Amino acid sequence: MSQIKYSEEHEWVEVGDDGIASIGITDFAQAQLGDLVYIELPEEGQEIQKGESVSVIESVKAASELYAPVSGTIVEVNGALDEKPELVNQDAMGNWFIKVKLSDADELDDLMDEADYKDSIE
Amino acid sequence: MTQATESIKYTPLYDFHKQLGAKMVEFAGYSMPVQYPLGIKQEHLHTREKAGLFDVSHMGQILLKGESAAAELEKLVPVDIVDLPKMKQRYALFTNSRGGVLDDLMVTNIEDGLFLVVNSACKQKDVEHLKRHIQHKCDIEMLKDRSLLALQGPAAAGIMAKLAPESSQMVFMTAANLVLDGVECLVTRSGYTGEDGFEISLPSSHAEHLARLLLEEEDVEMIGLGARDTLRLEAGLCLYGHDLNENITPVEAGLTWALSKERRKDGKRPGGYLGFDKIFEQLEKGIQMKRVGLQPEGKIPVRENSIIVDDDDQIIGKVSSGGFGPSVGGPVSMGYVPIESAKEGTKLWALVRDRAIPMQVVPLPFMKTHYYRG
Repeated sequence: MSQIKYSEEHEWVEVGDDGIASIGITDFAQAQLGDLVYIELPEEGQEIQKGESVSVIESVKAASELYAPVSGTIVEVNGALDEKPELVNQDAMGNWFIKVKLSDADELDDLMDEADYKDSIE
Repeated sequence: MTQATESIKYTPLYDFHKQLGAKMVEFAGYSMPVQYPLGIKQEHLHTREKAGLFDVSHMGQILLKGESAAAELEKLVPVDIVDLPKMKQRYALFTNSRGGVLDDLMVTNIEDGLFLVVNSACKQKDVEHLKRHIQHKCDIEMLKDRSLLALQGPAAAGIMAKLAPESSQMVFMTAANLVLDGVECLVTRSGYTGEDGFEISLPSSHAEHLARLLLEEEDVEMIGLGARDTLRLEAGLCLYGHDLNENITPVEAGLTWALSKERRKDGKRPGGYLGFDKIFEQLEKGIQMKRVGLQPEGKIPVRENSIIVDDDDQIIGKVSSGGFGPSVGGPVSMGYVPIESAKEGTKLWALVRDRAIPMQVVPLPFMKTHYYRG
């Protein structure tokens, strides 16, 4: 059964049965950013380190970044966001940015569960 | 030196904005709505399609009184004020001794004197500037108990006509004293969006009442500062502190149209304002750099302070305003470049993060303006 974990930088991580982690930004993050107009996605196959900037998210207001909440190899990027970044505004939890094969599953333990994340943004 | 901690200021509509769910940010010392639940993009599009209502009460409203007020104000702006007809409005600029711009403003000739609307961040500085130079000849009063609302967009005229039928007689850059639902207002047909519309100066005590009344109209939505910025950017209008500052002259800013012919070298009342010699020299001999419209290729917004380079990789300028234009449907920017790179169609590059974004010099505005000229 998959469980969704959250980072302090307002990313969510959902690890599927195949051990692949889908990563996106939270609804709180999309609301803070406002209307998204451009998302710069990384390359498939790219190795990423936890904490590193992996995507630039441009809203009408400003540019911000998606920081890798876990380390690993990017196995898939969500190309739909290239054409329609507003999908993230419409459903942040339903639109992942990247899928990552984890290099260190223990990193998941550093992330928050839903209850803790909700507390953190209140 | 001691640092003064200034407390944040509020417009009379602060509670109203909060009730509507606005996201408040600090802007020029005021807590202002940057957006409402609709969001910047939809607020922007709504203003272009129907009508947007803006609280711009943070802006400075100044009244100059006295027989020689117009002649005195002409010492500080390169604009014809003496022959400004009653209830007409003109765009003006306070210049410094180097011809740079201290602020840009609107001047309206009303019954009581000259009514000035200045930028919020500059208003204290502007009043001091007026006092220093022309106080001995006229009264300078900051109107502290007045608010300013802007109703902008194609539906604005119809809505205003319902409240005051005589408003339909007004054309762009004229003013009228209108009674709106019992409230005496000074209304100008002008704005900062590129659309037809009105700015309404009224007693702060009645600001919320009128805002609520206007918002009851089906076609009206509240619009925050975020969309105000994207609207003015698409309309090619300057934002002080970004596209204009003390080191940029009106000629360099592409505001030569605002320099009245009466105040030019061969005009009826040539010069006589701060920095006029520099401005005359530039009008005669040309300028080194100029504000231009820049159309970035692709989707990446090219924002303020992005470095501009030419085909030879030489750094030639900087973006002064830029972002995403919701009506354009893509990025739009303005910036300063050397005159030899300012020609329409010139290919330039902007540095954004680790890449060079191709851009083209394009005419301003990005969106056709819809000022009502009768």
